[in-house]
Amino acid sequence: MTDPTPRDHLVSALVRDEPRVLTRITSLFGRRGYNIRSLSVGSTEHPGVSRMTFVVTGDRGVVEQAMRQLEKLHDVIRIIDHSLEKYVDRELVLVKVAITPESRVEVRQIAEDFRARIVDVGRHALTFEVTGDEGKITAFIEQMRPFGILETMRTGRVALTRGSNADIPAHVYHEGETQALKPAVEGIEPREEKARGVPNLF
Amino acid sequence: MTQGDMTGAKALWATLVGHGITTVFGYPGGAIMPVYDALTFYPEMRHILARHEQGAIHAAEGWAKATGEIGVCLATSGPGATNLVTGLADAMMDSVPLLAITGNVARHLMGTDAFQEADITGITLPITKHNYVVRDVEELPQVIAEAIRIARSGRPGPVLVDIPKDIQLAAYQGEIATPHARPEAPAPAPEALERARELLRSAKKPVIMVGGGALDAAAEVTALARAWDIPVITTLMGLGAFPSSDPLWLGMPGMHGSVAANRAISEADVLLGIGLRFDDRVTGRVNGFAPNAAIIHVELDAAEIGKIVRTHVPVRGDARVAARLLTEGAQNLDLPEWKAQIEEWKTRTQRPDHWGAAYGVQAVVERLGPDDILSSDVGQHQMLAAQLARFERPRRWLNSGGLGTMGFGFPAAIGAALAEPGVRSVVIAGDGGFQMTAQELATLKMYDIRNVKICIVNNSYLGMVRQWQEMFHGRRYSEVWLGDSNPDFLKLADAYDVPGYRASSAEELPAAIDAWLADPKSALLEIVVPHEHAVFPMVPAGAALSEMLEAEPPRTAQPVSQKEAKDA
Ligand SMILES: Cc1ncc(C[n+]2csc(CCOP(=O)(O)OP(=O)(O)O)c2C)c(N)n1
Ligand SMILES: [Mg+2]
Repeated sequence: MTDPTPRDHLVSALVRDEPRVLTRITSLFGRRGYNIRSLSVGSTEHPGVSRMTFVVTGDRGVVEQAMRQLEKLHDVIRIIDHSLEKYVDRELVLVKVAITPESRVEVRQIAEDFRARIVDVGRHALTFEVTGDEGKITAFIEQMRPFGILETMRTGRVALTRGSNADIPAHVYHEGETQALKPAVEGIEPREEKARGVPNLF
Repeated sequence: MTQGDMTGAKALWATLVGHGITTVFGYPGGAIMPVYDALTFYPEMRHILARHEQGAIHAAEGWAKATGEIGVCLATSGPGATNLVTGLADAMMDSVPLLAITGNVARHLMGTDAFQEADITGITLPITKHNYVVRDVEELPQVIAEAIRIARSGRPGPVLVDIPKDIQLAAYQGEIATPHARPEAPAPAPEALERARELLRSAKKPVIMVGGGALDAAAEVTALARAWDIPVITTLMGLGAFPSSDPLWLGMPGMHGSVAANRAISEADVLLGIGLRFDDRVTGRVNGFAPNAAIIHVELDAAEIGKIVRTHVPVRGDARVAARLLTEGAQNLDLPEWKAQIEEWKTRTQRPDHWGAAYGVQAVVERLGPDDILSSDVGQHQMLAAQLARFERPRRWLNSGGLGTMGFGFPAAIGAALAEPGVRSVVIAGDGGFQMTAQELATLKMYDIRNVKICIVNNSYLGMVRQWQEMFHGRRYSEVWLGDSNPDFLKLADAYDVPGYRASSAEELPAAIDAWLADPKSALLEIVVPHEHAVFPMVPAGAALSEMLEAEPPRTAQPVSQKEAKDA
């Protein structure tokens, strides 16, 4: 039986890069009451195809229902359920931390421990870039909190299946085959390629 | 413009013609005028001018529901497009293959709040299977072909294509798109089928429940049920997917379902559901639904499996294929005790024997043959029609199940009548709902449609709402009395040259029905019934099917009707 406790689930979707595709997806989530904790979108190696990673909170049944509903959208090419395979996931965060002459060294030391990069240096603030999984980022923010966090921006989690999971038993894959070593997108022709070339007369 | 120079608008018609579309329902306006202009070059295309875009889209739905083929409707931008919204939501809920085409303002005006601009693709995003704005004339035919494929394939649904006016006018050089092949439905997994067979073999109290997704699998479902000798329940949407004359048929389940159907579900140890989605009007309180049953769910739409009820054996695939495969290896279960129990339940549903809405509906549906099409509107008369009508084949019962749209019935009957001119298309409507699309009487007149028979069950109330107010709101009748303001329905019909007949008693009824049906034209029959009647059996909202009230409980006090309160 499926696990009834609510938790975060990582799901990726390959979608046609058509107008409103993001609206379609978020409207579906909103309408059906699914809870998205984070969502990140970017283009892929294929023109006309975008990839999204969502973190959906809910019990397993809710998440499966959400994936099935997503699959029905015409612009969704494929859903990747990361719970079925090994994956790598990362999140990037920018954190601006207040500093004083006294705290400056300590803040830099913590950042170094986290392998955070300094991307901006000011007299009263340092801005860090941290990349990692969710645990690392949360820990970093907690460490910095006492010094005074002025601003943060997180990208949301992004995930890819590992290329090195040939050891996973085949039956865990939807079609009974290892998908991780095949190109994620094959033979998709974005229909509206031409339309995007039309100048906006307005 | 000559036939020679192709435009976006002409390419649209050429593509529709190429897809075998013969009839469209619509209403013109500024932003779709080039399409209407181009229509004059395509005499093979029949355009039916409705009197309201909602009438046009429900007629297209009626066409689609009766034939199983796609219905097409057209509207202009802004108000024309927004008038389609109810029909799109209706078609989405009931999985009706529909293509809606709307004009929009020219591309350079889009986003400027131009005259009659509405973001119809934004508005209809959650109530269409998919929608498009055509942004380049060169892709217009392909978009139409793709839209038709999406509307018809898999679990069908409505698709809207919004075409800016400048694209309708633009010169078109390309090819005309030809129909896409329909994709094959996924084959059910053999292991799932084997587990389903095992469960069926072990069953002592099995029941089959079929929904609207099985309408095109009626022959296969019938063979399956007979081979295993398992009783069959048809949902509101599935009426006709199994012949009512078969002794295995138990009627409709749910809120106003038959005693036999609801009791059988509550007692069953195995429930095989085919092409249905376990709507809340069907299940009653979900945790009280089929509490003892292992559920096998055959469904094409994977998202419906496990959405509402816990499924023990999911069988994803086409109902026709799955039913055929489940018939292989069938054995007659031979369950005399279960069948005897069911026969006893069946006797508890009584024929209406005294004058009233049920009596009137019964008298009308009794007169229908197996090929006649019966539409209904929404309300008490709908539930009575669903309880009392008998269907031998699918696609003879058209109603708005999922959305429960008042105003659906009459235009849907017009659409069906045009699709099948040789068949009688009967609609049962309430005095309330008929007035929501009564303007379509003009469509009957305009096209001299002769095979629509309108029956209005006039109880002077928004009867279904009144029933709920009576049962669950302490008989405080609020805004449901129509009696003082209803039109004279016969005069209304007469205004459009539609002959009318009226019966107000059991004595008058047979002759009125005779005359109404015998009239060579489309005609209206008004059955005037007592104001306060209730539909039973009934499962109160939030109750389990096993808690159904089989008959109307005795009234403890005389209700104060809104009419009486007013008169006092
Ligand atoms: C468009 C729309 N508005 C409101 C309702 C709510 N509603 C459901 S049944 C009903 C009463 C219908 O009255 P009538 O058409 O006279 O049929 P009756 O129940 O009396 O047979 C109403 C108002 C609805 N289903 N659809
Ligand atoms: Mg009424």
